[in-house]
Amino acid sequence: MRRLALVLLLLLCALPAAAERIVLGLSEDQVALTATFDGRDILIFGAVRREEGPPPEAAPLNVIVTVSGPMRPLTVRRAERRFGIWINASAVRVDQAPSFYAVATTRPLSEILSDTEDLRHSISIPRAIRAVGNEVIDRDSYIEALIRIRTEEGSYQMLEGGVTFTEQTLFRTRVTLPATLTEGRYATRIFLTREGAVVDTFETAISVRKVGIERWLFNLSRREPVQYGVLALLIALAAGWAASAAFQALRG
Amino acid sequence: MQLYLPIAEVSVNAILLLGLGGLVGLLSGMFGVGGGFLITPLLFLVGIPPAVAVATSANQIVASSFSAVLAHLRRRTVDIPMGLVLLAGGLVGSALGIGIFNALRARGQVDLLVTLSYVVFLGSVGSLMLWEALRTTLRERAGAPPQRRRHFWVHALPLKMRFRVSGLYISVIPPVVVGVAVGILSAIMGVGGGFILVPAMIYLLGMPTRVVVGTSTFQIIFVTAFSTLLHAITNGTVDILLALLLIVGGVIGAQAGARLGTRLRPERLRLLLALLVLAVCAQLALSLLLPPADPYSLDTGR
Repeated sequence: MRRLALVLLLLLCALPAAAERIVLGLSEDQVALTATFDGRDILIFGAVRREEGPPPEAAPLNVIVTVSGPMRPLTVRRAERRFGIWINASAVRVDQAPSFYAVATTRPLSEILSDTEDLRHSISIPRAIRAVGNEVIDRDSYIEALIRIRTEEGSYQMLEGGVTFTEQTLFRTRVTLPATLTEGRYATRIFLTREGAVVDTFETAISVRKVGIERWLFNLSRREPVQYGVLALLIALAAGWAASAAFQALRG
Repeated sequence: MQLYLPIAEVSVNAILLLGLGGLVGLLSGMFGVGGGFLITPLLFLVGIPPAVAVATSANQIVASSFSAVLAHLRRRTVDIPMGLVLLAGGLVGSALGIGIFNALRARGQVDLLVTLSYVVFLGSVGSLMLWEALRTTLRERAGAPPQRRRHFWVHALPLKMRFRVSGLYISVIPPVVVGVAVGILSAIMGVGGGFILVPAMIYLLGMPTRVVVGTSTFQIIFVTAFSTLLHAITNGTVDILLALLLIVGGVIGAQAGARLGTRLRPERLRLLLALLVLAVCAQLALSLLLPPADPYSLDTGR
């Protein structure tokens, strides 16, 4: 903790002056998806840098941290009973939805962020999803279902009160990346708000990528699908032959 | 021990997958079936995306059936010409099956297709096997001699060909049709199709039981290999790492199963297999009939 404070102090000195600004650190800005990847905690910490003390009459500052995985299109389907069995009957196409999204705040989001600012910066989970759907009438229930399912599997996280903010200056939060992670750039944004309005923003990224054999296999399957398929078959044939030979030797 | 699968993009317990492979291998060793019809639904349960489960099972079956066919070749229980005729149909069927699979995947109905196919085929094959096993057991108790094979209508078709190992002189049309049907199933359900092929060869083509398993395994290698390749090329859904775990578990299980299998009487084995097939079928049928826990589902195109 003391070392962390020291790092922040150095950062504070190095930056140019402004009214109230965010200075940020990340416990890691690279996440490697290795064969043994099983989720990871990312520590996001920072400080508010000020020219002078906070304005005497001013309301307290609040901090919102968002981490967003790569945006991907997807389809939300709804099953209905038809001819006695349950089948997917209707669907809503979602143009862009983050594969992972976490919002951590100092206090309940509705108290520290106005709707207008949420709309402008796309901070809350529903705002982070962009959907156009004209296939069905009640598409809101599909977006709700998307959020519900992703929240249950830990891909969407609402961590109200998850940010510790000491002395209106030092803040830190911990975001848990789940085991099922999509490769890509995880945009990390920090918002400083006062009375619902955004005072300052800061943006950085955590890069999540497959490494080693995982990366090699994935790339091969996408770039050279024929070679990949042949490789899969050769491995299967070799394994089949090896098994047969090994057990024959055992019996013999 | 958690393992991150590069294509499925999920982290699963490696020991669990080895165990799954082992369990299915045990059953396949005991009953002489590929076990694809069990492994695919089990992979769904573990959380592998359906498309990856189907494609990877096909890959795993290549390994287990290749291993099995080597043993059959040593014992000369493979009718290669018959296998090739079945295969000609099988490759056509596999290509057709991939087409159907991809068309339905785009409409979000692939889960339904796969589950329905399982319910229909497991249900009918399971009931047939159960009936057959019970009848044999009853007849043996009564002391009656086993029934002789009769002449089939299929023997009247044109394009006759001689199959020496099977001791048959029949039209190539029925084996080709059987091959096409099994090819379609292989692509859609991620199975080898042994559980359809074996009864069809015995009851429809009238092949001697001695060469049935070897010949069906022979043709399954090629059909599943072709399905694997097509899935890899058109969908990129074959997960080599997942396949490898299943193969290792399956190989060990199969050898243990083969030992266990020799201690049980054949009718008893068939009865057990029939009950197992019907149990899987009932489980899948329930998933279609009962309301799902959440009527909504997400489709990310995998």
